Amino acid sequence: MIKQEKNHKSSFIAAIILVAFLIILTLLETFGSQFPEGFLRKTFSSTSMLYTVLKKGATYALVTVSMNLLNGFTGLFSLGQAGFMLLGAYTYGILTIPSAARDDVYYLHGGSAINFSTQEIFGSLFGNSGVGGAVSLILGVLIAIICAGLVAAFFAYLIGLPVLRLKSDYLAIATLGFAEIIRAVFQWDKLAPITNGANMLKSYPTFSSFNITNSNGDVILRLSTVVPFLIAGVCIWIIVLLINSSYGRAFKAIREDETAAEAMGINLAKHKRLSFCISSFFAGVGGAMLAMYASTVQAKTFTSAMTYELLLIVVIGGIGSVSGSCIASFLYIACSEWWLRFLDNEIILSNGFKVPLLRNSFRMVVFSVVIMIIVLFFRRGIMGNKELPDLFKRRRKKPEQQEAAK
Amino acid sequence: MSNCVLKVMNLTMQFGGVVAVDNLSFEVNEGEIVALIGPNGAGKTTAFNCITGVYAPTNGRVEFYGTTMVENHPKGKMRKQYAGENNGTYLRSIEPTPDKITNLGIARTFQNIRLFSQLSVFDNVLIAKHMRAKQNFLSATFRINHAEEKRMREETYAILEEQDLVKYAEDIAGSLPYGLQRHLEIARALATDPKLLLLDEPAAGMNPQETAELTGFIGQIRKSHNLTIFMIEHHMDLVMRISERIYVLDFGKLIAQGTPTEIQNDPRVIEAYLGVDEDA
Repeated sequence: MIKQEKNHKSSFIAAIILVAFLIILTLLETFGSQFPEGFLRKTFSSTSMLYTVLKKGATYALVTVSMNLLNGFTGLFSLGQAGFMLLGAYTYGILTIPSAARDDVYYLHGGSAINFSTQEIFGSLFGNSGVGGAVSLILGVLIAIICAGLVAAFFAYLIGLPVLRLKSDYLAIATLGFAEIIRAVFQWDKLAPITNGANMLKSYPTFSSFNITNSNGDVILRLSTVVPFLIAGVCIWIIVLLINSSYGRAFKAIREDETAAEAMGINLAKHKRLSFCISSFFAGVGGAMLAMYASTVQAKTFTSAMTYELLLIVVIGGIGSVSGSCIASFLYIACSEWWLRFLDNEIILSNGFKVPLLRNSFRMVVFSVVIMIIVLFFRRGIMGNKELPDLFKRRRKKPEQQEAAK
Repeated sequence: MSNCVLKVMNLTMQFGGVVAVDNLSFEVNEGEIVALIGPNGAGKTTAFNCITGVYAPTNGRVEFYGTTMVENHPKGKMRKQYAGENNGTYLRSIEPTPDKITNLGIARTFQNIRLFSQLSVFDNVLIAKHMRAKQNFLSATFRINHAEEKRMREETYAILEEQDLVKYAEDIAGSLPYGLQRHLEIARALATDPKLLLLDEPAAGMNPQETAELTGFIGQIRKSHNLTIFMIEHHMDLVMRISERIYVLDFGKLIAQGTPTEIQNDPRVIEAYLGVDEDA
């Protein structure tokens, strides 16, 4: 109680499990195609849906956790996440498209206004091939990702000045409006030399750029799934540290009771703005990751439907639970991209029986039903406001309590 | 005459056409326990909220240890509507938010308990320490502030120990019985290191025995924390036993002030509470 972190032992074990998981993931992705023909090979070969789900899941996990920081921990109901992701994705794309590829990407608008890329700047310092190339790629991407977050946070600060005076639904409407405006602005022709208008940005480094190849161009080690896990992992870890710090407690106090929090000397405006900016920073990073995942950026993909999707994941996972958000985002992505795909295709059984209802987009119908069931019967989501370690703790505590009761 | 802690001058709060607090002036001196009483709807809590920054008063000034903390004059639409007195006496407009006032050293409790009910008792008190900690969000996130954090936690523990709440430290605040929630709210207010404690009906909903305990408790924390206490209360036995001076408010106006005995025999107070005998 008096100590901030309770037991270093269990966090150490958790860290070891995570590292082992990442190593296994790398090995599976690299050598999965060498399994004997069958289920294992189908699941683990490098072209499997599994890795797509894991990459997108890690991205969504970060964004939903950042959304949870705002909605679940600070109690600010904001729906601007897609807008901040868009800012992050565009910043990342604009900063990392190699100058050689720029004419090709911006061909409709006669070339790009910006003619450098972060990894090339580092490339001129460390060299462009071998280890130097790897270092400049990593540093360049890292800087671009941080810039993506900073740009999103900067816009959040500006928008937060007027908007954070609003409460509950009104804040949601204002932030949603902002996201839509940003989307329109980025498609504006006048900004095309920077944003490429309604066309997409491409040719920048993606997750697959991190695969290690030998001189023949064959892949030796596939890191394309581990990289998003690393980025998201570090970011989520920072968010968790923040939540467990003095500032996190202040955020929770604001969620519980604004008047009382203010009477305890917590500056509402400052703390709300802080939470909004940090949440947007990580949404921006998440946007950059989504850009890396999708390998193209286009403003029209960052719709309000995306925000609702994220909100849905937050609700499924449990409002106010970081681990809940992570679990839910992987489950949600796995369902929507992989496990429930079969609902979209017509299935004709061997005896000629056509399974009714299955047709294009039927998946979304099932999703809607699932959402309704969750909202009606499982309002607290998978985890409620508990975290994963809490579950283990309770199980361990129970026998003691029973003994005490005797 | 001892040091004047809180000086309220011509405080007026007008909502639309309703003057909730009308030209209220009073003083609270260092080390005193002063009570503000009055029938329901007299404007006691409104006066409290003006002092603590929840509302910006329409007109008037509040001084804390001689420095002006709150000052305001009718502005905008209120300039025409203003029905109170002393218009034009106060020219500045100082409207601090409640957190700034807490920072100066004024803590308060609420009429209807406002704990952070989903958080633990320990966290409830710990949050009050956040304001005075030397840290920023980066140093707090990356645990560069661990010395500060440790100090905050130790001080919190000390307060819980002093208030005999340690055994509930890990319980969820909302699950505590009513009397303990009141107690915790006061403990949380004490954790902000106040010089002046404002209690808004601390004995609301308490039975006579709990009220008697509270009476002793308030006297005790005044001594141990060197506090000045200003409170709103309805329980007359508590007010009469504990307070050194009493102000009586009715329809927003101060109708009487004095020691408990003076107040008990004041015809205006009796009239305000019991009404006038119309036959007389």
